[in-house]
Amino acid sequence: MGRKMAEDGILIKFVNVEKTYQIGEIEVPALRAINLIIHKGEYVAIMGPSGSGKSTMMNLIGCLDTVSTGEYWLAGENVSELTDNELAHIRNRRIGFVFQTFNLLPRANAFRNVELPLIYAGVGPGIRKERAIEALKNVGLGDRINHKPAELSGGQRQRVAIARALINNPSLILADEPTGNLDSATGEEILQIFDKLHSAGNTMVVVTHEESVAGRAARVIRLFDGQVVSDTYNHVHAQTTME
Amino acid sequence: MKAFILDVFEAAKIAGRALRSNKIRSFLATLGIVIGVMTVVLMITIIAGLNMSFQRQLAAIGSGTLYVDRYPWIFDDDFFSYRNRPRISMKEYLAISRYCTKAKAVTPYSDTMRPVGFKSEVLSGVYIVGTTDAYLETSDVMPEVGRFISATDANANRDVVVIGTTVAEKLFKERNPIGQMVRISGHEFRVIGVLEKQGTMFGQSLDSQAIIPLGSLMKYFGRHRDVTIIVKAADPKQLDELKDELTGVLRRVRKLGPADKDNFAINEQGQLMSMYTQLTSGVYSAGIIIGGISLLVGGIGIMNIMLVSVTERTQEIGIRKALGAKKSQIMRQFLIESALICLIGGTIGVGLAWGGGKIINQWLPAVMPISVAIASTMFAALVGIFFGIFPAAKAARLDPIVALRKE
Repeated sequence: MGRKMAEDGILIKFVNVEKTYQIGEIEVPALRAINLIIHKGEYVAIMGPSGSGKSTMMNLIGCLDTVSTGEYWLAGENVSELTDNELAHIRNRRIGFVFQTFNLLPRANAFRNVELPLIYAGVGPGIRKERAIEALKNVGLGDRINHKPAELSGGQRQRVAIARALINNPSLILADEPTGNLDSATGEEILQIFDKLHSAGNTMVVVTHEESVAGRAARVIRLFDGQVVSDTYNHVHAQTTME
Repeated sequence: MKAFILDVFEAAKIAGRALRSNKIRSFLATLGIVIGVMTVVLMITIIAGLNMSFQRQLAAIGSGTLYVDRYPWIFDDDFFSYRNRPRISMKEYLAISRYCTKAKAVTPYSDTMRPVGFKSEVLSGVYIVGTTDAYLETSDVMPEVGRFISATDANANRDVVVIGTTVAEKLFKERNPIGQMVRISGHEFRVIGVLEKQGTMFGQSLDSQAIIPLGSLMKYFGRHRDVTIIVKAADPKQLDELKDELTGVLRRVRKLGPADKDNFAINEQGQLMSMYTQLTSGVYSAGIIIGGISLLVGGIGIMNIMLVSVTERTQEIGIRKALGAKKSQIMRQFLIESALICLIGGTIGVGLAWGGGKIINQWLPAVMPISVAIASTMFAALVGIFFGIFPAAKAARLDPIVALRKE
């Protein structure tokens, strides 16, 4: 099988993926025989209690880790065969991360944080500045460009992180508990941004344990003990105010 | 290549920002480098200054000139092997001036220290030099006013004197000394000339001297004294041939047998130079060792601070890696950071050495060579790179998942 695989519309493909961690002498299975396809433009939530393997799943999808056995294809490329440097390249070009704890550089202002992926993409300073400012304006932070993370509210920080995730026009936006550190009103703001990004054609994968967050996605994949136990589609899609 | 330069440039900017946000720590980290670079540069500054002034003074001795003495300037055997040597006397002088073909000028020379007085003024500790008219040719002196000792003065042992500028100023102030009578240890001499200002040699003023005919010196201040015969080579390139000729003449005049050792010494400027080089190379190596140790300690300090910095910034490294930084880019960022700390330290060290050199220059000649300043700053940066390798590699190896999990 070649490294490239042209299958129209498929962004993520897991073929018999297993992931085991070696803890001392013992092998601990984290994911078992996962087969999964996510198409371009989908909005998928991955759910499960802690220990179910959703963090492992997120690390694999985000190319932060590699599979033990099986194959992971991202945008037609077999990621399981790539070297560290190639993985770094994929993370840079294909994936936009949004983390629960924002993961902004504390000493850098919003602009410096947002331009970071462009530095590693080898983009010159002029274009970087232009695009970073544009991205910050798009998330409503045009007036916070020179603020450091400590000078921003939680919601604003997460919006900086979203601007950063989008800056390289990634194939996939991968969010890990994006509202976990936010109050519900601010979380709602973030989810609305996600909705907009989805409608604009972005592929979204959100890892969460909150039903209200998963409810925004069109498709919910539930994990338990390292296996997919359900994979369903939400038909009612406008239930924004459940409580 | 262009991408690489851009990469280095970005890494330098990132490193610069990291240092700015930790100014005091960065400064303390680089203190060892500051001290190391300062020590080395200051040492070299002083030695370079000494070299320059030594060479200038040595030029006064003249490189094409030999000095026939009873003892060598630098003893390479213990004193007892020299002490039974006969004095160099006028006999040897006459033989050399008669038989030496490779000499341009030959003059005998002897000195003593005496007070010189004029009316009520007395200047003590003046070098009284006894010589002949040929001294003008063998040595670097010139009368500024009046004339030098003439052949007739020398042959007739006339009581005439050519005085140095210090003697002239101290005794005569504004008055014209030519034709005046001065007293040297109570003996009357007529001033016929004043020498040009000469400065100092090896800490002695050359201007506090008075030159009289050698015969007069012997007449008044003792006949049994050591004489130095100054021989100027006709061709400075044939100094060794002149030396051989002198040895032959002297051995003949002293009737030495083939088995006898030379009982005289032929001295030259090169001897002083080699002694000086020996002396300063000791100081040099001491400076290099002290500086090297400070740089080593400084480098270890840098490594330590960089390791702390890597641990502290684990999350930052994780974020950068998640966003697409390659191992090599992380490595570069930290290497440049430690190189930059050391470069700044090196620059401060050079600056301090420059200031120190300025202060020392008031007592000792000190000149900082630009090449040394540049080389030592560059070397400091290299120290930074070398001691940054381990911490930077540690940062580059970090697993992004582990790094991101750390708060």
